[in-house]
Amino acid sequence: MRFSPISCEQREQMLDVVGARSVDDVFSVIPDEVRLRRPLDLPGGMSEVELVAHLEELAARTAHAGSLVSFAGAGCYDHHVPAIVDAVVSKPSFFTAYTPYQPEVSQGTLQAIYEYQSMICQLTGMDVSNASLYDGATALVEAALMATRATKRGRVIVSAGIHPEWRETLATYAVATGAELSECPTADGRTDLGRLAALLADDVAAVCVAQVNVYGVVEDVAAVAEVAHEAGALAIAVTDPVLLGVLEAPGALGADVVVAEGQSLGSAQSFGGPGLGIFACRDRFVRQMPGRVVGRTADVDGRVGFVLTMATREQHIRREKATSNICSNHALNALAAGAYLNAVGSAGLRGIGSLCVARAHYLRDALIGTGRFSAPWDAPFAREFALRFDGDAEEFVRAMVDHGFLAGVPLERIAARRPDPGVDASGVVLFAVTEKRTRAQMDRLVEAVMSL
Amino acid sequence: MYPKDLKYDKEHEWVKVEGDVVTIGISHFAQDQLGEVVYVDLPSVGDAVTAGETFGEIESVKSVSELFSPVTGEIIEVNDGLSDAPEVVNEDPYGDGWMIKVSLGDTAELDELMAAEEYEAFVSEEA
Amino acid sequence: MSQPTAQPLTGRLIFEKGTRESRCIEPPALDVPEIDLAEALDGAVRAEPPALAAVTEVDIARHYEHLASANFGVDTGFYPLGSCTMKYNAKVAEQACRLPGFAGAHPYQPEETAQGVLELMAGLADALAEVAGFPAVTLAPAAGAHGELTALMCFRAYHAANGDPRRRVIIPDSAHGTNPATVAMCGYEVTTVPSDARGGVDMDALRATLDTDVAALMLTNPNTLGLFDENILAITEAVHAVGALAYCDGANLNAILGKSRPGDMGFDALHINLHKTFGTPHGGGGPGAGPVCVTDALAPYLPGPLVERRDDGTFGLTWPERSIGRVRSFLGNVGVLVRAYAYIRALGGDGLAAVSEQAVLSANYLKERLRGAYELPYDRTCMHEFVLSGRRLRKEHGVRTLDVAKRLLDYGIHPPTVYFPLIVEEAIMIEPTETEGLETLDRFAEVMLRIAEEAAENPDLLHEAPLTTPVRRLDEARAVKQPDLAWRPDA
Repeated sequence: MRFSPISCEQREQMLDVVGARSVDDVFSVIPDEVRLRRPLDLPGGMSEVELVAHLEELAARTAHAGSLVSFAGAGCYDHHVPAIVDAVVSKPSFFTAYTPYQPEVSQGTLQAIYEYQSMICQLTGMDVSNASLYDGATALVEAALMATRATKRGRVIVSAGIHPEWRETLATYAVATGAELSECPTADGRTDLGRLAALLADDVAAVCVAQVNVYGVVEDVAAVAEVAHEAGALAIAVTDPVLLGVLEAPGALGADVVVAEGQSLGSAQSFGGPGLGIFACRDRFVRQMPGRVVGRTADVDGRVGFVLTMATREQHIRREKATSNICSNHALNALAAGAYLNAVGSAGLRGIGSLCVARAHYLRDALIGTGRFSAPWDAPFAREFALRFDGDAEEFVRAMVDHGFLAGVPLERIAARRPDPGVDASGVVLFAVTEKRTRAQMDRLVEAVMSL
Repeated sequence: MYPKDLKYDKEHEWVKVEGDVVTIGISHFAQDQLGEVVYVDLPSVGDAVTAGETFGEIESVKSVSELFSPVTGEIIEVNDGLSDAPEVVNEDPYGDGWMIKVSLGDTAELDELMAAEEYEAFVSEEA
Repeated sequence: MSQPTAQPLTGRLIFEKGTRESRCIEPPALDVPEIDLAEALDGAVRAEPPALAAVTEVDIARHYEHLASANFGVDTGFYPLGSCTMKYNAKVAEQACRLPGFAGAHPYQPEETAQGVLELMAGLADALAEVAGFPAVTLAPAAGAHGELTALMCFRAYHAANGDPRRRVIIPDSAHGTNPATVAMCGYEVTTVPSDARGGVDMDALRATLDTDVAALMLTNPNTLGLFDENILAITEAVHAVGALAYCDGANLNAILGKSRPGDMGFDALHINLHKTFGTPHGGGGPGAGPVCVTDALAPYLPGPLVERRDDGTFGLTWPERSIGRVRSFLGNVGVLVRAYAYIRALGGDGLAAVSEQAVLSANYLKERLRGAYELPYDRTCMHEFVLSGRRLRKEHGVRTLDVAKRLLDYGIHPPTVYFPLIVEEAIMIEPTETEGLETLDRFAEVMLRIAEEAAENPDLLHEAPLTTPVRRLDEARAVKQPDLAWRPDA
């Protein structure tokens, strides 16, 4: 395929204007020593027909939520994406636009982001939201770094209940930025408050805790926020926005900053990316906040309009003193999140949340009832839960594939590089139950387990 | 444009000396270069300032500049009005647009500063 | 009834539409025993429901259709935004990323069930390695800035492993703002080197500041003036001579596909913006993807996991031996990677080289058409973009580059990048890309020449512009001074 519409004749015409004999002539500004004098060693081009066939073949060799009934979660969920969401994000004037730096012709993107920011504030109970970051893990990093700037303290405490990959990401950034990390293990599935109290001191900038942790357990954010505040540290809450119809807003529980992975709001699983980095905080941190933010104002004729604002925090103006090096956002995923929340509404979000919770409880009881699974702890949970299999977790998941299920995620696989000292991960499987999973599917899963 | 009773530094701040207290702001030239001022970040009363070092930041929509103290001393008053109405820096840079008052440590530092004519010549070279 | 008037397309928020009772998507009915939420969630049940919009599907469809119609994308018109490579985004790539095997795959499904998508990722990494001239690639970074940071973290780990921590990173004064911001985020200090009269790195200044405290040089080549640095080999040699590493910002890779490779220029690492060079859409600000390519010496430090092609022909995940760790969750912006892979396979090796040939020819063509009416501070053969200066219009007619940009909107053309690079006064940075036809290029040239005439004849017209857009110039000062960053139901 070729995407350039210029003909050979036109090319000659252009060379004339440029005053060059050939295109090669134009490239003579590249010194000879660094010119590539051979064709690229890549396969030849394809027609659209061949290309589609090739891509379909690759896609067909990948199982997906339509071919395996999925109980896998651990940060990426098979929630329903309403048809209207894809219709919105498929509009070319949204997805083929650049960052809205020319507000006069970018009101669509800008208003959509302003509305997204408003919805995130409503869900989280925060005052301000940025226009989004890359994903939940990097949003957590940015929150931790912001806390060190805001408090002028150097250490961050992270609950080991936060997804191991997020903690790994934080650790990678900590090495580069010089921030110090302390990890607080869990006990019985929740952040160990005794250990947390012992770790707190006057050098701690923030305590990071997950409202619904990697084990699916609902944590006591209010208690964590209280001890953090007593020590003069900020409370950073990790949440999952799709559950905020049933779960209390982290802002109402004392969180100062809320971050989340927003994939569950209308984005495809897409093998883990792109996701949506949700970042919201209290008003007083707005000038320390990373990333873009959209504000409402008026044009010269007094018409309501939207602009990127508070840009002096950002890299293109403040350069090495910027609050972050980020110079993009996941605008299309934020657009999807906005369309999603409009589609489900407040009552729908509560309905989805309570349905997930009810079904997750049903499945957990049923799996325990098979005699093959045991509960590693007794703790409240929402849409996801951890159970210990009486055999090898990886083998269990593989065996279930043959029965047509993606039956959860072995904890050891995701936690191997950064274990939680409070949990013995062997045999533990994480099961997620979205509103797409029916009782019939769960009953079939249980039958398949019984047949093992 | 450059009142005679003030002294100026090369970073475009002005000082007004009254006994051992000086008032500090930015010059007409500086506010004009910045464009509409939208935010001024100032220190607190009791903070120390050092000659040649930054004491705050001033922002327009698409730029940010540091504010440099022309003198060394302790801040005794801050113009809180600028947080609600930063545009006063544009409208009245030598009056209501003042930024901080400093109790002076070393009056000899004032000798380093430029008189109005000298500053005007300096500015016309920069422009 | 009053006079009929069309409602403005934008400005009215979704929260102000619909009725509080209206519903759209209903969740399915409960098919398991009901449970007590408060008990199940240990009392953490939400007291006040979030105030979201209450609208029906038709309200949503119209709302976003109105918003979209107030937006300008590549499918709307010419978008010569310098350094951003706003090329046409092939529709076949959009279709590809929505195939169920890609869109519906879970990152933790057993790898034998994910061979297709893993093969695609390995194939993309191989293709990028060949185009860039490096042996190792990570697909993890979510954006160019994220790629920069990833590479500098690898540099830091490399120096630390050699027992030689260093403090400074050198950046030319023509660099993108992300470069210094990344350097600071990675705990290094920025040293700026000036450009010389021909627009390249000032070699004397570079040599003068290079010492054993320098960790790296970050350079965009071709640079932000659209010029290929003729001294590139001397630059990377000088950097290596003091034990430092050379980083290439790949923002401008669209100029050199199949023509020259950063790996062959002596660079140690490069990030590639798939949303620029490899045709994935910009999405109104993202998501993009910023894969990083490195030399063998740096490969052990790459973030993990990497996709690996095994000897038995299968694909799996692996961790580099001395990896810096993770830089994000999961494996990368796979939806974007699928599009880039589709783009590369559609074009093939020859097609990629043809992309750069046309991109460079089109830029030089426009440069010739516009010289005279606008100043050309660096008058040389350019690569895929060039930088004009509106200095004379400002001096003679009081018309700023911003006014020229806003006037272009009235002609239905998206403005070029303006006021960047910082080293050019009243800069206008133009990148036509290879996907625009000669008619489009000619019309743009004519409009730009017409605007230069308007600046002389009627400067106020330009000060007032735009006149025809959904909204006109916005009060950005008010947006900062009276921040209104979110709608609230009580406000």
